[in-house]
Amino acid sequence: MTRRRFTLVSLVAVAAVLCVLPFVLSDYNVALVAQVGIFFIAVLGLNILTGYTGQISIGHGAFMAIGGYTTAVLSRDHHTNLVVTMVAAFAICFVVGVLLGLPALRLSGVYLALATFAFAVSVPQLPLEWSTFLGGRDGVQTSQTVSNTWLYGAAWAASAILFVLAWLILRGRLGRAFRAVRDSEIAAVASGVELPVYKTLAFGISAAYAGVAGSLFVLATNGFAEPSEFGILLSLEILIGAAVAGLGSLWGILAGAVFVGLLPNVSSSVPVIGTAHGQDVVFGAAVIVVMLLFPAGFAGLIARLRRPADA
Amino acid sequence: MASVETSRLGGLRNGGSALSGIITPVNVVLVACAVGLLVGSLRSALFAQLTIQGLALGSVYGSLALALVLVYRATRIVNFAQGELAMLTTYIAWQLVQWGLSYWEAFFATLAIGFLLGTVLEVTLIRPVLHRSTIAAVIVTVGLFILIDGVVNWVWGGGFKFMPQPFGTTIYRVGGVSISRLYPGMFVVMLISVVLVWALFRFTKLGLGMRAAAVSPAQSALVGVRVDRMLAIGWGLAALLGAVAGLMAEPSQFILQPTLMQPILVYAFAAAALGGLESPGGAVVGGLVIGVGLNLVVQYVPAISSELQLPVAFAVILAVLLLKPEGLFGHREVRRV
Repeated sequence: MTRRRFTLVSLVAVAAVLCVLPFVLSDYNVALVAQVGIFFIAVLGLNILTGYTGQISIGHGAFMAIGGYTTAVLSRDHHTNLVVTMVAAFAICFVVGVLLGLPALRLSGVYLALATFAFAVSVPQLPLEWSTFLGGRDGVQTSQTVSNTWLYGAAWAASAILFVLAWLILRGRLGRAFRAVRDSEIAAVASGVELPVYKTLAFGISAAYAGVAGSLFVLATNGFAEPSEFGILLSLEILIGAAVAGLGSLWGILAGAVFVGLLPNVSSSVPVIGTAHGQDVVFGAAVIVVMLLFPAGFAGLIARLRRPADA
Repeated sequence: MASVETSRLGGLRNGGSALSGIITPVNVVLVACAVGLLVGSLRSALFAQLTIQGLALGSVYGSLALALVLVYRATRIVNFAQGELAMLTTYIAWQLVQWGLSYWEAFFATLAIGFLLGTVLEVTLIRPVLHRSTIAAVIVTVGLFILIDGVVNWVWGGGFKFMPQPFGTTIYRVGGVSISRLYPGMFVVMLISVVLVWALFRFTKLGLGMRAAAVSPAQSALVGVRVDRMLAIGWGLAALLGAVAGLMAEPSQFILQPTLMQPILVYAFAAAALGGLESPGGAVVGGLVIGVGLNLVVQYVPAISSELQLPVAFAVILAVLLLKPEGLFGHREVRRV
């Protein structure tokens, strides 16, 4: 029971801090913390896929692209309410995720990683080909833009809703099935878990989360969606976030989101190396150091702190 | 679409049969496609030109794919930094040329540096995490990707650099076809390095040890193979092959810039997935298939512009993986429960 109370207290604490932050921080910093929220959603989504079914995806940047373009195009052509476009991004990415999940069923481990990598590289090429509908290299501009405070509120409200949704999904029958698939596919099948259904479902849910993140991501860049925003680096950042997070811990996911959401911005002003490339040097080095020190990510670190005797 | 099929699967003769040497339906199809390429080349000068260029580029993709396969066989991870490592060694070669070495002196010095770099990285960064978490080791290579990119931009800047032409600027004219000496040169250099690596694995005691360490580390340790050392050498060889790929890729793009290897890494991934990550021969064949295939498809299929090159290549590869999830030359993993 103490464990449960601890979780509840920490949730309330996080929520309280997040509610206060926009009144304390400058406008620029509000935008930064909103960006952390966006990565929180994407990392949470990838965590569901990798942490609960053991499937690796390097293609979540592509789902963010699909979500982002959904928002941009709907807003441009139909002046749709932005919140509605996020729901649409969720739905469309769920469908695309399920469709990609179907072939992914046959691929395991490293081949799945390569296939999703291919997906991540391919999707940003599509707007260049269908340039009349998707704007080509010039991108798509939404019909309305939002303030940083709006973005902050939307990002963290969406984070909260999606976090609760994930909790509801994972605590029940579905979560048990996912975990069974992760621990041993063969044993799961033998116990009556329908592997194809659950694996594609996990892919779909995970993709839908990335879609919402992508939708917010486009709003964060003044409602402007262009192919170069969704390069392979974005997919790698989400993967890094998930690895830094470790598996199945709220604090871990927060840490992962802060790591990929804040560090590149903070480190862009390193004195010695210079602003332009200090970011990459510091970020790359930090990724390596964190993985060397905590191979199981932040969640693994927490688990170790909770049980110091085992360490 | 007939030309698409032919081109995508062409090019067995160039290294594939030597390395795998089994008569299978896949091999028969590949030989048929190679014959198709030959016939096409004899009938059309443009076709021949595209094929030769494709083979040269494909050999670069293939050797980077081979580097990925060597790393995968040694340590069971995909090295995302393989392309950036190759880019880094190419910059080192450029620096050596600036310091007054001739191109080929710099070439061989860079290979040695590449080998050293690969082994050092395996020992210092990969080995400590590998036995604790495979995913963490993969993420380390992703971090390395970003780090190398930053370091190269920091040290050498992002501007264009120029290297001397390794094979001169001679252009051959054969029966109405003009072919820069560069392309046969690239192809021959890549072929020699691949054959040397293959010979190392096939005929030397070191190679035997490395193969044993890759297949069953525990048993080979029991019979006295220094498994750790073998894995480090595997990484070193991979970096060396990558260095050759980088040095040969540079003249084909005419400029040296930090993004040199990024598209090539993508094609190398495709080649490795196509050939099967377990299969060195498959990687080389996969690289040639992709090099020739893309070159011909973009020219002859009007619906596929160069923007769609990547998506189409990957749609095809996904299709291959769905029909044969272990790749063309891989082996299906069978597990006892």
